[in-house]
Amino acid sequence: MSTVIIDYESGNLHSAEKAFQRMADEVGAGQVIVTSDPDTVRHADRIVLPGDGAYPACRQALFDHRGLFEAMEEAVITQARPFLGICIGMQMLATRGLEYTPTPGFDWIPGQVERITPADPALKVPHMGWNDLVIDHPHPVFDGIKTGDHAYFVHSYHMHVAEPAHLLAHVDYAGPITAIVGRDNILGMQFHPEKSQRVGLRMIGNFLRWQP
Amino acid sequence: MLKVRIIPCLDVADGRVVKGVNFVDLRDAGDPVDAARAYDAAGADELCFLDIHATHENRGTMFDVVRRTAEQCYIPLTVGGGVRTPADVRALLLAGADKVSFNSAAVADPDVVAKAADQFGSQCIVVAIDAKTVSPGKWEIFTHGGRKPTGIDAVDFARLVASKGAGEILLTSMDRDGTRAGFNLPLTRAISDAVDIPVIASGGVGNLDHLVEGVTLGGASAVLAASIFHFGDYTIGQAKRHMAAAGIPMRLDS
Repeated sequence: MSTVIIDYESGNLHSAEKAFQRMADEVGAGQVIVTSDPDTVRHADRIVLPGDGAYPACRQALFDHRGLFEAMEEAVITQARPFLGICIGMQMLATRGLEYTPTPGFDWIPGQVERITPADPALKVPHMGWNDLVIDHPHPVFDGIKTGDHAYFVHSYHMHVAEPAHLLAHVDYAGPITAIVGRDNILGMQFHPEKSQRVGLRMIGNFLRWQP
Repeated sequence: MLKVRIIPCLDVADGRVVKGVNFVDLRDAGDPVDAARAYDAAGADELCFLDIHATHENRGTMFDVVRRTAEQCYIPLTVGGGVRTPADVRALLLAGADKVSFNSAAVADPDVVAKAADQFGSQCIVVAIDAKTVSPGKWEIFTHGGRKPTGIDAVDFARLVASKGAGEILLTSMDRDGTRAGFNLPLTRAISDAVDIPVIASGGVGNLDHLVEGVTLGGASAVLAASIFHFGDYTIGQAKRHMAAAGIPMRLDS
């Protein structure tokens, strides 16, 4: 069994790799591999797409790797293997992103990525720090997790889902901020589970055990 | 609701904690990684390492400390000290830092902030501002550990680096640093009101009420302290409960 963390030179994967390997050992999910090799991705049992930085730059960096997106598409859409996008990796699930310039996403979860505009103008952007999750729809990733548990966020844009059923959890920041999206075998987390202590590690473990 | 963060800061030189950390359960009080683990377990919201005499030669030691910390701590880590170029940022991010802090280099060339933010995203670019009171309601940027005046107004500079794409400001009052007399609240409020990015208050914490004031009067999004935690005066948990009792939203479930 293997879980791949896709490396497309967008952000630091060291802590993500350590957190996923620690939880993979705990739940017996086998090996965690950091890779940009399309064949490795195509044959992986689970796929994690991280990402830090601006939306257009991240998309460009991903598509600069020949065959990488096609391999993800085959594994996730055709073979229906469990997928988790983190931060920008989650935002890329949307139909499009509006950071700097409108940029197409994967359109795996219909929606749009827009700048955070808190109703209270005194609130700062980026939305940075620990916020408490409000669970909107039950999901196996919430095993052992409850509304009120905290996760670590750092972002200036967030995803508006077109279909309310795809919003699994949100947080409040003078208005709702999308925290977790999902459908079928696909999940996305706006926060950093690898930086969210017990709560984050628990959700990583839940993802690694998930049989959609 | 977003919570106010408590950030213990460790001064590191040649891979060792400067002045030591006075926890009861540490195996090695001088090892930054051991101290980081203790703070992680105690419920700190983030960690900050400051490489206090970073030179090209001793960089490797800091990378090793960052790498070992990232392997064992699952909270965000900011690293500062001697960061001059986007290449320095990249090297620290690859070692496992989540955010990297510019100081003198941003004063010398504010465009380095824009370059780094464009390349790595604002979310990981912090600008550390060291400011001193020069007259009532006026604060000036000082570099080189507070010894070198620059003639640059601190509030103007904060606005400038925010416009260049900084994701956060780490504001240290050089008047208060090490005094235990509390944050410079007018300075903190002036900077916090001037920018729409988060401001971390630093410099002068002597008791838990000072942490409260940094948020309620200074408008800070996070508070950074060193000695009150290192020397065991207060635990992170005590600080969080004290701030929560004062009505500040805190993360208490870690």
